[in-house]
Amino acid sequence: MGKQVSLFVTCMVDQLFPKVGMAMADVLERLGYGIDFPENQTCCGQPAYNSGYRAEARTVARHFLKTFEASQTIVVPSGSCTAMVTHHFKELFQKEPETLALVHAMEKKVYEFATFLTDVAGVEDVGARMEDVVTFHDGCHALRELGIQSAPRRLLAHVKGLELREMVPAEECCGFGGTFAVKFAELSGAMARTKIEAIVGTGAHTVVSLDPSCLMQIQGALSRAGLNVRTMHLAEVLASR
Amino acid sequence: MSVEFDRKIHDTLADANLQLAIYTATGRLKEKRIEVTADNVLPDYQELRTQANALKKHAIDNLDHYLEEFERNVEGYGGKVVYCKDATEVSDFVLDLAKRRGSKLIVKSKSMTTEEVDLNERLEHHGLESVETDLGEYILQLAHEKPYHIVAPALHKTRYDVADIFTKELHVARETVPEKLTLIARGVLREKFLKADIGISGANFLIADSGAVAIIENEGNARLTTSAPKIHIAVAGIEKVIPRARDLAVFLKLLARSATGQLLSVYTSFLAGPRRPGEVDGPEEFYVVLLDNGRTKLLPDRSKRESLYCIRCGACLNACPVYRKIGGHSFPWVYSGPIGAIITPQFMGVSHEPALPFASSLCGACGEVCPVKIDIPKVLLELRSDVKKSEAREGQNRVEKLGFRIFAWVMTHPRVYELAGRMAASMAPAGDGKWIKSVPAPMSVGPLKAWLSERDLPPSPSRSFREMWRHR
Repeated sequence: MGKQVSLFVTCMVDQLFPKVGMAMADVLERLGYGIDFPENQTCCGQPAYNSGYRAEARTVARHFLKTFEASQTIVVPSGSCTAMVTHHFKELFQKEPETLALVHAMEKKVYEFATFLTDVAGVEDVGARMEDVVTFHDGCHALRELGIQSAPRRLLAHVKGLELREMVPAEECCGFGGTFAVKFAELSGAMARTKIEAIVGTGAHTVVSLDPSCLMQIQGALSRAGLNVRTMHLAEVLASR
Repeated sequence: MSVEFDRKIHDTLADANLQLAIYTATGRLKEKRIEVTADNVLPDYQELRTQANALKKHAIDNLDHYLEEFERNVEGYGGKVVYCKDATEVSDFVLDLAKRRGSKLIVKSKSMTTEEVDLNERLEHHGLESVETDLGEYILQLAHEKPYHIVAPALHKTRYDVADIFTKELHVARETVPEKLTLIARGVLREKFLKADIGISGANFLIADSGAVAIIENEGNARLTTSAPKIHIAVAGIEKVIPRARDLAVFLKLLARSATGQLLSVYTSFLAGPRRPGEVDGPEEFYVVLLDNGRTKLLPDRSKRESLYCIRCGACLNACPVYRKIGGHSFPWVYSGPIGAIITPQFMGVSHEPALPFASSLCGACGEVCPVKIDIPKVLLELRSDVKKSEAREGQNRVEKLGFRIFAWVMTHPRVYELAGRMAASMAPAGDGKWIKSVPAPMSVGPLKAWLSERDLPPSPSRSFREMWRHR
């Protein structure tokens, strides 16, 4: 039996951006990984947690822990959902020592997709080719909670035909923020437009990120502004050949 | 969200000149901070942050001990410590002292703590003249406004705005050159310093082992405020106490760098007690007013009391993409930005503006730049939970609560989840793979309407990931 990983595709990829999940599976398979998709998976609980509904977040988090208990390695196409499991589940179960033990075991098994490739699989060149000029948007949770900055850039640097142009600033929030995007829609939209100015300033044709939620916000605002710039998840870029 | 909060955010976003002023000024401060904390300039920056956090934690964990030590040492030098519970007690103390000494004119140096208790307004209400002497604060006092930013109070004013304010309030010829405007203010303020009966300052640090207050400033006005008048009153929150003078070796390296991007501020003053025999200057009376005003409520709360570590550098404001859009006056209290969003609900109660802890994308930029490592996003999350608990007790926001209960139920029943997903997809308008600009009126409600007010919506894929996976 070869190397095996479980996919946690996140509810957003499952329901809205399934191609991202398929691309991630494609890249992992090409690297020789056996893949399973635990069918009971749904969400990590972050929407409830960030909205202040901790009891509801705990319920969903418990479901996640149960669903992935048997998995040895879990790969996630989102920095934000990864950080929810590795950084915030422990906050939710402070007062439940037994669950907390499960959480700590889980924290070691869950990987954001880009860092899984560079740190676990040990690859930077996945054999991808994409003729394009791209810019990279750092998702806030990937950058500041998980400390991911160089991994996606190293992976992009090895994509044949691809030119990466950094936007300034790359690390400023796109304004998504979960329910923030609808609770403070006007403010969130203003933040997205500032992000878009930075993107357009690079002259890139494509914005790449690790987080489908940032990409939904950015693409939604690009589309509203009538700008001909597309968004792609890193997995989709790496699956291109 | 209160109507007022919503309106202020909208008005600020709609004002193009203001947007440019805020974004440019905070951007400059943000860049300067990055320059002076860079690895090649301050290699031990992260270690200093860790030390500063440990020192503040120790001081707050032992607050009673250090406040008593501070008080003993202040009194040993002939000064007096006055504990005040709230705004009224502060103004009562000052008014009573002014009355007994026959004082009429007060000069003030910059202090967020006095802003917090509306000291100027309270003193003026009782017939005293209280003049701000920090240039930014003076401009705002003339304009009848509160500070826009913790360290750069007039950040939103252009020089042309200042020219208008000076012309109108000081009846001087209009000048728009910053140096000339500064000279006008200096001329007025010098007279005030010479005539003032009382000087009121804030304090950046209360040093327990030395019984001294440390004041960090750039304009020299705090030195004049604290030494020219016969009476000096320093007003500070109780959380400003630090154990030892030598701890400043850590804090002074961080404060100016984080606040303005300077290596050190221009003036760093240590003031302990009134003028002693043989000394040529200094006040005859020296008081330290220690303010609670809600701070002690945080002490039993282990999950959030780190909010008291704040040294008021303002770095989190400059880093915050929300502050940089909505500015300082949108916030419901004098403290703005991320730090305001965490201390306002704790000092004033969560119902003061329940939406405040939610006005954040949780991007974490604030926590990243905080020199004393306050985990601001974590505290915001705790406060969000507090708001929801309070709403549940009061029976408010029931629809949202029900929504999240349904969310939790759906997300723990994968079959229901899948079915719900397919139903939602079947209801979505056909976009031919294009992003959706609008939905039929009956669907345009709630979150969907809010999303579409600013952005397009992704089209629903023909199959979910799990369906694609099954059929591949």
